[in-house]
Amino acid sequence: MNTLEILFYALSALAIISAVMVLVSKNPIHSVLWLILVFFAISGHYILLNAQFLAIVNIIVYAGAIMVLFLFVMMLMNVKKDNEPQKQLWVKLIGVIAGGSFLTLLIALVKQNTSFQGRDVLLKDGNIGLIHPLGQALFTDYVVPFEISSVLFLSAMVGAVIIGKK
Amino acid sequence: MTLLAFDWAMIIEKLILIVIIVLTTLLITLYTTFGERKVAAILQDRPGPNRAGPFGLLQPLADGLKLIMKEEIIPTSASKWLFILGPGLAMTASLMTSAVIPWGTEIHLFGRTIELQVADINIGLLYVFAVVSMGVYGIMIGGWASNNKFSLMSALRAASQAISYEIAMGLALIALLMSTGSLSLKTIVADQVTGNWWNVVYQPLGFLIFFICAMAECNRTPFDLPEAENELNFGYHQEYSSMKLGFYLFAEYVNMIMSSAIMASMYFGGYDLPFFDESTVAPNIAAIIGVGTLLIKIVLFVFLFMWIRWTIPRFRYDQLMNLGWKKMIPLALINMLITGAFILSKL
Repeated sequence: MNTLEILFYALSALAIISAVMVLVSKNPIHSVLWLILVFFAISGHYILLNAQFLAIVNIIVYAGAIMVLFLFVMMLMNVKKDNEPQKQLWVKLIGVIAGGSFLTLLIALVKQNTSFQGRDVLLKDGNIGLIHPLGQALFTDYVVPFEISSVLFLSAMVGAVIIGKK
Repeated sequence: MTLLAFDWAMIIEKLILIVIIVLTTLLITLYTTFGERKVAAILQDRPGPNRAGPFGLLQPLADGLKLIMKEEIIPTSASKWLFILGPGLAMTASLMTSAVIPWGTEIHLFGRTIELQVADINIGLLYVFAVVSMGVYGIMIGGWASNNKFSLMSALRAASQAISYEIAMGLALIALLMSTGSLSLKTIVADQVTGNWWNVVYQPLGFLIFFICAMAECNRTPFDLPEAENELNFGYHQEYSSMKLGFYLFAEYVNMIMSSAIMASMYFGGYDLPFFDESTVAPNIAAIIGVGTLLIKIVLFVFLFMWIRWTIPRFRYDQLMNLGWKKMIPLALINMLITGAFILSKL
């Protein structure tokens, strides 16, 4: 095992354990905090793939902004485990079975897809994830989709302000 | 043996550098609390702490000892692990910025060239921004875990204040990024050393916005709404005692030192001593002069922080939000537009 593999397995274990803890935690605040840990682990994976810009933006946007808003809502609504509605056992069981079969389906799809086979992962290599090539690509080849999505964001922002004022 | 085949000397070198930086920061922080009390005393025309040791120089040690000796209290209804995690997170987040700050050029020791920077990553500025946005978690977790409504309210205030001022801060950083063309702090400082002017000459408005936002992010008066002791008792650390309280108080000072270091590096030439040609002395001496220069700049900024704290009264909450959203953000946007126009006209 080389350093990369050790890092990969450590980060994967962290990501999976935290993701399970998000679901298992009774207290919603704890769930949010575990979710933040998941985002950090995923950012670590991005860094392994040499996608540094993606890694840091993942932390700034998801861990730094969206999760803070999640925490805000949880804290203001004062959600505690004793006033949370408890689901019945058979509902939980159905959820587990449905989720599990969907997971099996996804794994089967990824495994059988020929376009994924025989491909190498660019580990700590390649420069498409660095900020300079990424900016070049976004503002030359993909400038129209980029601008359209920014207009979409702007309209979402305006909508949020208008709804907030009512 | 192929297991863990990497440059161990580099790892050890970086570890030593990290330990030195963290210890120095904590030592400076200790004396910043003393400096704060002395500056307050001078501005209020009184002698200030002068009993412990010569000129009261042992006062920080006495303060630290007092904090450690206090009884450790965890409220019964508090969420225990998060209550302990809060101060640790606040401290970690404030120390993490030091990783990308270039403290000097390079030192030649034992036949090795040692960079006086822990990590020169090519997303340095964004890393700083990410760490700043992490800083709010320590306060929010601590405030919520205390299970006290004043703590919670103050934590929510702190979080909303931090989020509001982060936007203007980011926009000011974007303007700086446009004029320097690099995200790496090392390159930004090196350009200022070799170029004619410091970045503050090109970005005066950007610096002003960044400075105000840094003050708001550090929760310093006039932005110390999260503490606001006369309406929220003591703020988010109301339930804390002993060294856990000490960590929260220390984290504020560490934040102040780190944001001073960032401002000095980004706008005031970092380790560059003005009107002095570093190539005339030996490289090691030049590096030490550089570190000293950066430290002096940091101390000057910290003094500015204190001066403002003991001069200006606290804002009201609506004034704070008005300033953040209706003045700082438009100003930062205008600054960005002007920078863009300037760059276009030079093309």
